[in-house]
Amino acid sequence: MRYLPLTDADRSEMLATIGVKSVDELFSDVPKSAHLKEPVDLPAHATELQVERIMGKLAGKNVAASSVPFFVGAGAYKHHIPSTVDHLIQRSEFLTAYTPYQPEISQGTLQTLFEFQTQVAMMTGMDVANASMYDGSTACGEAVLMAARITRRKKAVLAGSLHPHYADTTKTLAKYLDINVVSTEASLTSIDALYDAIDDETACVVVQTPDVFGRLHDITSLSEKAHAHGALVIAVFTEPVSLGLVKSPGEMGADIAVGEGQSIGVGLNFGGPYVGLLACKNDRNFIRNMPGRLAGETVDADGRRGFVLTLSTREQHIRREKATSNICTNSGLCALAFTIHMTLLGEKGLRTLARINHETACDLADRLSAIDGVDLLTDAFFNEFALRLPKPAAGVVDALVDKGVLGGVPASRLYPGGGLDDVLIVAATETCSDDDLAAFEAALKEVL
Amino acid sequence: MTTKYTKDHEWIRVEGDEAVVGVTPYAAEQLGDVVFVELPDVGKSVTPGDEMAVVESVKAASEVYAPISGEVVGVNDVLEGAPQTVNESADKDGWFVRLKIADKSELDALMDEAAYKAHIG
Repeated sequence: MRYLPLTDADRSEMLATIGVKSVDELFSDVPKSAHLKEPVDLPAHATELQVERIMGKLAGKNVAASSVPFFVGAGAYKHHIPSTVDHLIQRSEFLTAYTPYQPEISQGTLQTLFEFQTQVAMMTGMDVANASMYDGSTACGEAVLMAARITRRKKAVLAGSLHPHYADTTKTLAKYLDINVVSTEASLTSIDALYDAIDDETACVVVQTPDVFGRLHDITSLSEKAHAHGALVIAVFTEPVSLGLVKSPGEMGADIAVGEGQSIGVGLNFGGPYVGLLACKNDRNFIRNMPGRLAGETVDADGRRGFVLTLSTREQHIRREKATSNICTNSGLCALAFTIHMTLLGEKGLRTLARINHETACDLADRLSAIDGVDLLTDAFFNEFALRLPKPAAGVVDALVDKGVLGGVPASRLYPGGGLDDVLIVAATETCSDDDLAAFEAALKEVL
Repeated sequence: MTTKYTKDHEWIRVEGDEAVVGVTPYAAEQLGDVVFVELPDVGKSVTPGDEMAVVESVKAASEVYAPISGEVVGVNDVLEGAPQTVNESADKDGWFVRLKIADKSELDALMDEAAYKAHIG
């Protein structure tokens, strides 16, 4: 018997029910120009060996992150991940398990989620963290929706120096909930414009530190101003390693902290999968309105320690369209990798790692800003900073690739037409050796 | 003192110009252990069928609908700290909302106790 789950009659009936003539009509939102007119031009067949040769040649055109001195950041960071992490997450009990829908039988999974939450809460200086989001940008968007639910207000103010991908994701999520999202200008000088944008209608103000240009901000006074207007403060970070050195969002009065966890345990991959972090203060109303899964600690009938998924009635599989979020899963495996890496580091290890990152970045900033015509734009940074170059940064980055250095992200890629053509965003982590720094310095001197 | 019932398992007890609304003991038993109750703001106006409150148990979340039109003049704050009151005393201490009645004739469309008993079988 063939496995045919759908007959033509089934299909016609479904199309008639929803009132469309054909399956193609369901894709009418996709612009015609994006439709494929003919099949992709590929040979009808090839042997495995032939395919390997072709693909190998194509892959050889890439400059892999680990193959050259690497200074790219702007939201994703290359860190050393101990081999223990990969070894442990590949245990089949962890690797094959999906988010638990019959949760209590998966005590091991729930315990790692609980430990993950504990680590995230401690790092961010908050009280409660959830079991993770898809990535930093969706965590940011979800935090804005959460703030709108808590305050019952419909306006969100974003700092211009919030990572533009995070701003885009937030605007997309907010669009159909009638939440008005305004961004202040992406200024290289300060975040003061944010203060003026807060009013009594504001649900939340969203500010990133270190921001997309690497600058650190003490948002304590911003929090005070926001709270005076009944608005919440959402503190965003794309580099969690920074939390090993800088003041935590909680210490600066943030109500919700969100960020990307990729730096710890996950690796660059191909831009994903990553792991979003979301934590908030201990307030009933906040916890009720949190998105995503929440693992809790309890005792069983015999008084033994155990774990449960708690407050599930907020979630989509129970609450349907009235759920706090469309997410009713988490980035389980990446969260596990994060937890294992953090456990290996410990508090002291995270601080040491953060210090090495900062020292490396300081060393690099000194070297590069000493070059004629290059100005350091960031006065307080962690492991990433912005430089003003004497010529457009995009061309400089390309020229650096030819010299065998991946030298950062041109700001024009993140802010096309934003008047930041000569700005280069450079990151340095513990993976950058002295030789790497010297190679970057020498190559930049040559191409300028 | 008249008590009426809806097919969605709310009860409404008329007290002069006002009425108290809760969920029936049958509904509370079906829900299981109630862990959270979300109540409306005082001053909110409702019409029949409007979502007025949310009641969450360990296994489900349900809306509580307004049986008649009116303005919310009081809510049972006890439920915020002790949601289990809904299970313990659904028809008395576990009340949800006090309404100022807009139109008493709307009560005629609701079930009396005998009809509600027949409804839940």
